Amino acid sequence: MSDNSGEGKLAVTSSPEGLSAAGDGARKASSPARRAGRTGWGQRLEIALLAGPAMVMFITFVMLPVLLAAYYGFFKWKGFGPPTNFVGLQNYLTIFKDSTFHDALMHNAVIVVLSLLLQGPAAVLLALLLNQKMRGRSVVRVLIFVPYVVSEVIVGTGWSLMLQTNGAINDLLIKAGLPSWTVDWLSDPKIAIWSLMLIITWKYIGFAVILFLAGLQGIPQELFEAAAIDGASYWQTQRRITLPLLGPTIRIWAFLSMIGSLQLFDLVYIIWGQYVAATAGTSTMATYMVVNGRNAANYGFGNAVAVVLFVISLILALTYQRFVLNRDTEGALTEGKK
Amino acid sequence: MATITAPPLSPSTTRKRPSLGRASWVTYVVAFALVGVCIGPVIYIIIGGFRTNSEITKDPSGFPSTWQVVNYSEVLQSSIFWRQVSNSVICGVFTTIGVVVLGVAASFVLARYNFWGRNAMYALFAAGLMFPMTVAITPLYILIRGLGLTDNLAGIILPQIAFALPTTIIILVPFLRAIPKELEEAAAIDGASRLGFFFRMVIPLSVPGVVTVGILAFIASWNSYMLPLFILNNEGSYTLPLGVQAFAAQYSVDTARVLAFTSLSMIPALVFFSLFERRIIGGLSGAVKG
Repeated sequence: MSDNSGEGKLAVTSSPEGLSAAGDGARKASSPARRAGRTGWGQRLEIALLAGPAMVMFITFVMLPVLLAAYYGFFKWKGFGPPTNFVGLQNYLTIFKDSTFHDALMHNAVIVVLSLLLQGPAAVLLALLLNQKMRGRSVVRVLIFVPYVVSEVIVGTGWSLMLQTNGAINDLLIKAGLPSWTVDWLSDPKIAIWSLMLIITWKYIGFAVILFLAGLQGIPQELFEAAAIDGASYWQTQRRITLPLLGPTIRIWAFLSMIGSLQLFDLVYIIWGQYVAATAGTSTMATYMVVNGRNAANYGFGNAVAVVLFVISLILALTYQRFVLNRDTEGALTEGKK
Repeated sequence: MATITAPPLSPSTTRKRPSLGRASWVTYVVAFALVGVCIGPVIYIIIGGFRTNSEITKDPSGFPSTWQVVNYSEVLQSSIFWRQVSNSVICGVFTTIGVVVLGVAASFVLARYNFWGRNAMYALFAAGLMFPMTVAITPLYILIRGLGLTDNLAGIILPQIAFALPTTIIILVPFLRAIPKELEEAAAIDGASRLGFFFRMVIPLSVPGVVTVGILAFIASWNSYMLPLFILNNEGSYTLPLGVQAFAAQYSVDTARVLAFTSLSMIPALVFFSLFERRIIGGLSGAVKG
């Protein structure tokens, strides 16, 4: 932003009139100097006053805890008093040797991949379909967004009631003449992860669809007209024009979805609780962290798990940004501007 | 996150739609099915609250034979429910105010001041997007406990404000930058200081962006589960999400009442959403553009 140089010049030439016009002399006299490029004391004070509170809050409650997690992770510590029992990397060794952590990591990986594969194509197709002139378009948009707005606790409570062995889903299957399809949706380890995926898809697909619909609206109309003149079919147009131009939106969504899947906690903890998630095959790194850290009063260990979770997320995010997202700054975006 | 940009100042530009194909009956069928799948479970929860427990046990997916209002009226008469509602309201309102006030002030500095370290400051906030609360939750709990704020709503509000700041700033900075320079120059000519410009021009002009950010902060606070789970141990200080879970655990055999409690606790979020639905969806459309 080079707004200061130009504006500075203008302020210097124009401020005498401003000075004589308004009464508040002392404050205005300092303003040309303040605006002429270098940061003056008055401006520093303004910066500190305006940005200071946000910085303090952010550093105290976001940055500091993350750094503290890295520090506490080296201790065997019950969470009371200053951490004393330094154990070095032992917590980390325990984590990497623990097969329940391997399971949790595996579940996270499955959730990341399945979320991308199930939600992505479905949401793109739905967005393409809904991006048409139809009656009640805005009503549809609002209603498919409802699951996203309802809290995880309500989603978890409602779905676990519906999915329990004698719940509504199995009852509907029996009524539909498919009694052999009834299963233990929540407790069978082969099935529970799919039930979780069902709930995740239900909750978050509206968000993806709305995002893609927004992306579709950003595509310049001339492209479709040109394609129509060139005699492209509907599907050709979608494949050659819509999908590539929707690319940036899809890649952003995929990024948010991956990070969200790695951090998944609420739904699993609410539906399966702290004891059942591991045996049902739905535990995640975050539930592992809470169960073996906080609930076991083993805070040093919990912090080490947090660090592992953070490092995995960070590596994934940076790799993704490096190899996928930065294409958007050159390829897709400039293409869109043509 | 590079392509996140602010919604443009004039709303008319986002409303332009590409020429769309006319919807066939397939579209209507798919749309109808999708809507059914999305709101079906929500309706199931609401209707379930009107049934009796024996009905739910015998016929879990049926309609109520007689509509029981008693489950709902009992929840509405319980003081616990209302205390949890008011706790959630307090958390949501103060979080929103904090996010808006701190976010606008910091975004203004980042958007309109030229100073050493500005890029570093922006990068710091942007990096906050990479620090989800899950990672920080254990030390955060210890920190809040050290401040003596466990079982205190302030212990929820302060971290929520801090964690909402990165998104807020990333949405608001381009928004504040988009305010034409001429306005600031005109204000300077008229003798307004930077702060005067901020209070008289920037705040009124940034209202649409601020509303979007505020709604996001409020809904996030309203639905927040993990932070209250760590910070609040005393039932008197529970917010609604914790309350729903505690109620479901305590009355696990009384399914109808659990469903009624759950339904009632989602009403505020749904009302809030339907009031501001245009701004939420519009904000998303503006915030994430290809």
